[in-house]
Amino acid sequence: MSTTGASAPETGYEPVFTGETKAALEALFERYPTKQACMLPALWMVQKVRGWISESAMAEVAEVIGVTPAYVKGVVTFYTMYHTHPVGRNVIQVCTTSPCGLCGAEDVMRTILQETGCEELGRTSEDGRFTVQEVECLGACGFPTPILINDDFIESVTPERVAGLLEGYE
Amino acid sequence: MGYPHPSHEKETVVLSQYFGDEGGRSYQGWVERGGYRALEAALAMKPDEVTDVIKASGLRGRGGAGFPTGLKWSFMPKDSGKDHYLVCNADESEPGTFKDREIMRWTPHALIEGCAIGAYAIGAECCYIYIRGEFTEPLAIMAQAVADAYDNGVLGEKLMGTGPRLDIVIHRGAGAYICGEETGLMNSLEGRRGNPRIKPPFPAQAGLFGLPTTVNNVETLAAVPHIITRGAAWYKDICRGNEKSTGTKLYSVCGHVQKPGNYELAMGTSLEELIFDMAGGMRPGRTFKAVIPGGSSVPIMDADDIKGCLLDYEGVVERGSMLGSGGVIVMDDSADMVYQIYRLTRFYAHESCAQCTQCREGTAWTVKILERILSGEGKESDLNLLLDLAENMTGKTICVLSDSCAAPVVSGIAKFRSEFDAYLSGARPPALAAH
Amino acid sequence: MSDQLVTVTIDGIEIQVPQGTPLIEAAKQAGVLVPHYCYHPSLPSPAVCRMCLVEVEKAPKLLPACVTTVTDGQVVHVNSDAALKARESVLEFLLINHPLDCPICDQSGECELQDYVFQEGRASTRYADYAKRFNPVEDFGPDVLYIPNRCILCTRCVRFMESVAEEPVLNVSERGDRAYIGIFPDATLDHEWAGNVVDLCPVGSLVSKDFLHKARAWDLDRTAGICPGCSQGCNMTIDTRDNVVVRLRPRPNMDVNRHFMCETGRQHYRWMNRGDRVEAPLIRTGDKLQAVDWDSALDRVADTLRGADGKAVILASADASTESLGMAHRLLDGFDLVAAVRVPTGPEAPLPGIANLALREERAANVSGARLAGYTGAWDDALSQARSAQVVVVVDEELSPEAFVEIRTAGTVIVLGTVDHEAYQSADVVLPITTMAEEHGTYINRDNRAQVYRQAKAPPGMARPAWWVAGEAAGRLADERTIPETANDAMVMLGESIPALSGLTHQAMGFIGRPVVPAEASGVGS
Repeated sequence: MSTTGASAPETGYEPVFTGETKAALEALFERYPTKQACMLPALWMVQKVRGWISESAMAEVAEVIGVTPAYVKGVVTFYTMYHTHPVGRNVIQVCTTSPCGLCGAEDVMRTILQETGCEELGRTSEDGRFTVQEVECLGACGFPTPILINDDFIESVTPERVAGLLEGYE
Repeated sequence: MGYPHPSHEKETVVLSQYFGDEGGRSYQGWVERGGYRALEAALAMKPDEVTDVIKASGLRGRGGAGFPTGLKWSFMPKDSGKDHYLVCNADESEPGTFKDREIMRWTPHALIEGCAIGAYAIGAECCYIYIRGEFTEPLAIMAQAVADAYDNGVLGEKLMGTGPRLDIVIHRGAGAYICGEETGLMNSLEGRRGNPRIKPPFPAQAGLFGLPTTVNNVETLAAVPHIITRGAAWYKDICRGNEKSTGTKLYSVCGHVQKPGNYELAMGTSLEELIFDMAGGMRPGRTFKAVIPGGSSVPIMDADDIKGCLLDYEGVVERGSMLGSGGVIVMDDSADMVYQIYRLTRFYAHESCAQCTQCREGTAWTVKILERILSGEGKESDLNLLLDLAENMTGKTICVLSDSCAAPVVSGIAKFRSEFDAYLSGARPPALAAH
Repeated sequence: MSDQLVTVTIDGIEIQVPQGTPLIEAAKQAGVLVPHYCYHPSLPSPAVCRMCLVEVEKAPKLLPACVTTVTDGQVVHVNSDAALKARESVLEFLLINHPLDCPICDQSGECELQDYVFQEGRASTRYADYAKRFNPVEDFGPDVLYIPNRCILCTRCVRFMESVAEEPVLNVSERGDRAYIGIFPDATLDHEWAGNVVDLCPVGSLVSKDFLHKARAWDLDRTAGICPGCSQGCNMTIDTRDNVVVRLRPRPNMDVNRHFMCETGRQHYRWMNRGDRVEAPLIRTGDKLQAVDWDSALDRVADTLRGADGKAVILASADASTESLGMAHRLLDGFDLVAAVRVPTGPEAPLPGIANLALREERAANVSGARLAGYTGAWDDALSQARSAQVVVVVDEELSPEAFVEIRTAGTVIVLGTVDHEAYQSADVVLPITTMAEEHGTYINRDNRAQVYRQAKAPPGMARPAWWVAGEAAGRLADERTIPETANDAMVMLGESIPALSGLTHQAMGFIGRPVVPAEASGVGS
């Protein structure tokens, strides 16, 4: 990507789309009639590699997709699963929407905040291990309370189960 | 089978037959369970004939709107010379609904088969399955199943080795309820913000990438192979007298019931039976207070409303609510209705795309008023204000998210006014800290 | 849109409009204004503000007039109870997070939110107890500030940059009531046409830094002008306050500039306010120029010209009006005349989304008018011929001091000028003329469209339009000649001898101009 353009990268920014990641994205371009349709997949790739999507990364995605960085930012900020700030090594999403709320989801969330040491939603624990987010409806309302730790979808979490569940995540 | 508990005897098990049966996930396992015969049968028919069968079956969209599926397919232009698309809406995000998730988790090939038949019927050579980003497990299972279907010659250059080309692409969402709205979904798939589009043009004229498109829900498409195999008449007969609502429907029962989970019922089954019989009723010592029968966007029903209510598109409307997505959220007497309504409106305020004024500002304002009431600082005039805002937010916007936020407010105040009054008068202690 | 007409009834008024017309435009033709924010005739319609909801008989819901097209027999109620309530609710929703800072807002007085709220007459708010949304002011570019607290998210600015400027540097960021107009950190609204977002903004959210806190809208006098910046001929409004030009804005002309104007054009007004002007006619007496009245000055010009013959040269600005250029040419038509205009140039900057709209390479307004009036662009040649001419007349052209020294070898040098230059001290006659902001006149743009501009401010001292000066002088040369009293008179007189301008009057050109037959096409050379 250009270093002289309007969207100069942050110092030391290493492009994501090189080697295998680049090849994977290019393979994906074949599955859609427009490059822009690969916007969400490309952002997922960035997040998988970097853990979050920085403005430099948005500029890189803009370049590979063929839109402006501002356009990418408008898209990124629309979707709640993309992190626009650095997050902990493990991101926990807790569903507290009505059906789970009825079944004690807020107790689960409080327990998770305590056990992780995050104390507050959106804050990363001091050891950098966890970030906890409240999420609107995880679509598993029959299994309250569902939580998502990174890509692991865990059903029927109760406050009692929390400490044990967290053990596997360093 | 059944998941998380065995099927109840009162269920009419069609789609959920292999829920809980891990063997059905693989291509081989699915074939052993009768899979892909419907697709073969469909390919032996003309596309229009397939559409006619679906029309005759009376199958209606299971995503919430209940639009006749065969009719929707028939809107696709003939010989347009353009590419057509089938989009499977697997963005299941309506609070209270978790049926599509189970279909994808347990019977991924049923969905692929349904997609293939649908694509064949509407002349699409490409089908995108848009799965919400949080559904990590269904995403992985569906991706594997699609890969297996390619490997086994189901998909690709020739459907089942004989038919037209079909590619299926799994597309991952990234956290936006509104992408479950079909035009928002199409924008999202195109790499944009998931803003709903103005209609017309309708997707069948100008949908995904501006080309003729049909968007169908997971459950709708999963029902298609069964209809092809067993015939339209069989499906049409699965009802309790109302020919406008036919077949089976998956209900996701959650909230204050003893046995939450998915239940597959013939159209026209009693709501009371579902709640009190199959789902085990209330916890000991608790009594029923309210139910939201069709996902969070429909009006709340109280104990009077559900008496004798039959679960089909017309039956629930008769009782002042809607069948919606079939997400049945049950609340017992421990539920604080004001708080629950507040929590629902918070959901909509969070998910509003920001396009339409009434929705962007109205959802957030509604939340603020309910917060004030819950913190014990509400005013007498707040209820009328809420109702007036609800009226101003209903039927005025591009999509119905704004209406969905207003619906529980209106029905909640109508049915549980005393609970609001208790906060307003100070009879009930504040549930939220004052701010 | 097709040619087929359909009949619709809007608030009881039956009209016929072409099939496919949006309701909002049909209503306009019926004389009914449908209030709106996001809709703009030069932008794609997203139908998001929901302000233009109207009642259409037989439709189950209110419909947005911006994207609903007319159908035959449609009966529309713009001001029914249901439509009014919906509109009032949109205003209420827009106001809950809108600051009450009209007293310090530049948009005040020309704000569509203020106008409609005032019209409705809302006296109080039902949102009194909550804090309003707050976001800090952002610097979007060379001349654009974003004040998000006032933003109603109509997205006109985003759509302009995306669909018209085709440089999407703005976006809607976040969603729900947290949404705001975003710009990428390293991006800036420095597109040549970016300034239009300020005009497009229906509220005071995007404001011009240049105009910031300069004037209240109600203190402005507005005059229909034509941008002198290039040969495109964008229609504009000159806003003056107390005889000072404070802002130039585009004036809609669907055939020339639609609703837009470039940054160069917008900023090209400071010269109109220069105070160092020639304010009285000056004639040479001995070795000095002396201020005299117009009679004496014009007599001096007539006396000089009456005796002379041979070669005369006019060195004129291509920003002078057709009337002035034409009358100057007539004044000297007894001579062996060389007339030329100087045309400055600059890079062309098109507005991609609009056909045939650009900041043009020719950075002068009246190149075509000059050609029709008998001027060439052979400037250097004219300048060198001027050295040996009997008479040189300089019209509104700021010659460099060096050039002035060169032409001083001519017999008589008559300057019709605006700004007082040291170099003029060596002229024989210096006559104060008006700038385009101080007179009526006609420019003919690159597409041979004749367009009238109107006087926006009073001229300084004794300055008069150049056509008047030339006409009066010509009258003194030959007593029977008609003297034009107005710019329109001058145009009519020119029409008698210039076929392309035949029959052209200021009235005929109206506010949107009129194509003239180019000299080449009419077979008349110059």
